[in-house]
Amino acid sequence: MLARGIGAVQAEAGANTASPPPSVPKTRLRLINARVSRGGAVLLGTLPFAAVAVAYLSASAQRLAVNANDKLLPSPAQMWSAFFDLATVPDKRSGDLILWADTYASLVRLLAGVGLATLTALLLGIAIGFIPRVRAFLLPFVTVVCVIPPLALLPILFIALGLGETAKITLIAIGVAPVMVRDIANRVMELPPELIAKAQTLGGNSWTMVLRLVLPQTMPRLITCVRLALGPAWLFLIAAEAIASTEGLGYRIFLVRRYLSMDVILPYVVWITLLAVATDWLLARLSYMVSPWAHPGSGK
Amino acid sequence: MSRIVVHGLEKSYGDARVLERVSVTAEPGEFLSLVGASGCGKSTFLRILLGQEQQSGGVVVIGDRPIVPEPTPQRGIVFQRYSVFPHLTALQNLLLVEDFRSGGPFGRVFGARRRRARQEAETMLERVGLAHARDLYPASLSGGMQQRLAIAQTLLGRPQILLLDEPFGALDPGIRVEMHELLTELWNEHGMTVVMVTHDIGEAFKLGTRVLVFDKVRHDPQFPSAYGATITYDLKLDRKGRASARDVAEVAAIVGTTRLDSAIATTAS
Ligand SMILES: Nc1ncnc2c1ncn2[C@@H]1O[C@H](COP(=O)(O)OP(=O)(O)O)[C@@H](O)[C@H]1O
Ligand SMILES: [Mg+2]
Repeated sequence: MLARGIGAVQAEAGANTASPPPSVPKTRLRLINARVSRGGAVLLGTLPFAAVAVAYLSASAQRLAVNANDKLLPSPAQMWSAFFDLATVPDKRSGDLILWADTYASLVRLLAGVGLATLTALLLGIAIGFIPRVRAFLLPFVTVVCVIPPLALLPILFIALGLGETAKITLIAIGVAPVMVRDIANRVMELPPELIAKAQTLGGNSWTMVLRLVLPQTMPRLITCVRLALGPAWLFLIAAEAIASTEGLGYRIFLVRRYLSMDVILPYVVWITLLAVATDWLLARLSYMVSPWAHPGSGK
Repeated sequence: MSRIVVHGLEKSYGDARVLERVSVTAEPGEFLSLVGASGCGKSTFLRILLGQEQQSGGVVVIGDRPIVPEPTPQRGIVFQRYSVFPHLTALQNLLLVEDFRSGGPFGRVFGARRRRARQEAETMLERVGLAHARDLYPASLSGGMQQRLAIAQTLLGRPQILLLDEPFGALDPGIRVEMHELLTELWNEHGMTVVMVTHDIGEAFKLGTRVLVFDKVRHDPQFPSAYGATITYDLKLDRKGRASARDVAEVAAIVGTTRLDSAIATTAS
């Protein structure tokens, strides 16, 4: 069997040196095996964006041709000028540059809310995942809290905490923390028991094992958790700002809705998207930096 | 050094009895090889010795005290998989031993102590042939290298008892022979008691000073898990490597191995 295999390989090699190699026959690969080249991937990836842009531009041009004052689908130039004004012309009443004031207010709330949730997830998640007594104590509670729709809590928060920053930050934190806690706890419970046993045979105690084993091994998942939580966090942020606020990206969108100012709303949506993409990218980089071992094949 | 005394050990998971009436005494410095059919409870026995699991009945005494029901530095362990910490490089894995042992609440030693630990770790890396891999993460080490690292790490903890659960089960035959030599050398050097589970009978006879076979003696055809396995065969080898082919064949018959020829061949050499 083996000998035959080698023979066949040699015969093939011989054939290759004697005559030019036959061209690879073009076979149709199965859909799941057909690879995409680098350029092809870029092209395919750009296509949906281009399609949306073209659809919008043509629809906008058509409407504006019929009625130059149409507000529903403003032209890129109109949107740019509105956006540019918000970014560079101080507001008449407050003297603020509105775009930057809105962005700052929103990001602070988002960061505070998500930061609070992350800290909670880390502390509670590790405690629940690693310490059986804490798990017995808190896991049922967290599981139930997870299924409460956070937006239903919003009125309660506004009543209890007032209309200020606290309520908004709390909404974001309450909205994303329970799922994060559960996810981190699961991750800790998934740690191979072999590793935990081994750490103890090397002299680790509960606390030093948290520091040297659980924390570092949970880090990549924590960062993934934060990345996933940012989506809902934006949702809660905008909802809270829409209802009670005096500045913020969500507040602005809902404010100018009254005047049908699509030339402001659309650029703001794009701006929020850009901010979200940038944070996501930063977090991905952070994960590579903090846990290089969890990303084999990247550097090193 | 402390002897291990197991008396009337019993282990059940719910209704399923895995081990029953297991009694054995291991003198300090002995090298016990445990063999038996797959699923008969060898790993369970080892996990009980480790303290990772508790017996349902009987006693386990190490030294002059009943076993502590949690893992301690007295007993080191090497598993077949998950034996090293994936988030640490080879060197960091070895440094972790000193970090855990005397690093206090930070789980890390500093200054002169760290330098000393580093030196010891590097010597050990050299010893197991991993000096060139000191800054690599386990994911980029081969299976054999990972197991060498695991053994090195465990030995740095200076355990009195070394527990091995099919430590070479996932390795290629060539690498396995290499690992046998390394393990024998380290065992001669450190003189700890070794309890090794293996499914390779040749390996069991080659390395052990004593071969124990786990098997079920009672069967209930209606309820296969009614009875557990016990030690059915306990062979002391008067110094290593002198097992007769008949002994090997007998053990192989109990375990029901299909690799009898290779087992005899390994021991004969
Ligand atoms: N945590 C557990 N819960 C229930 N059954 C278990 C558990 N661990 C092992 N067993 C059962 O105990 C038996 C022995 O397992 P194990 O000790 O791993 O066997 P071996 O190592 O000899 O192959 C198996 O039938 C297995 O299904
Ligand atoms: Mg096993």
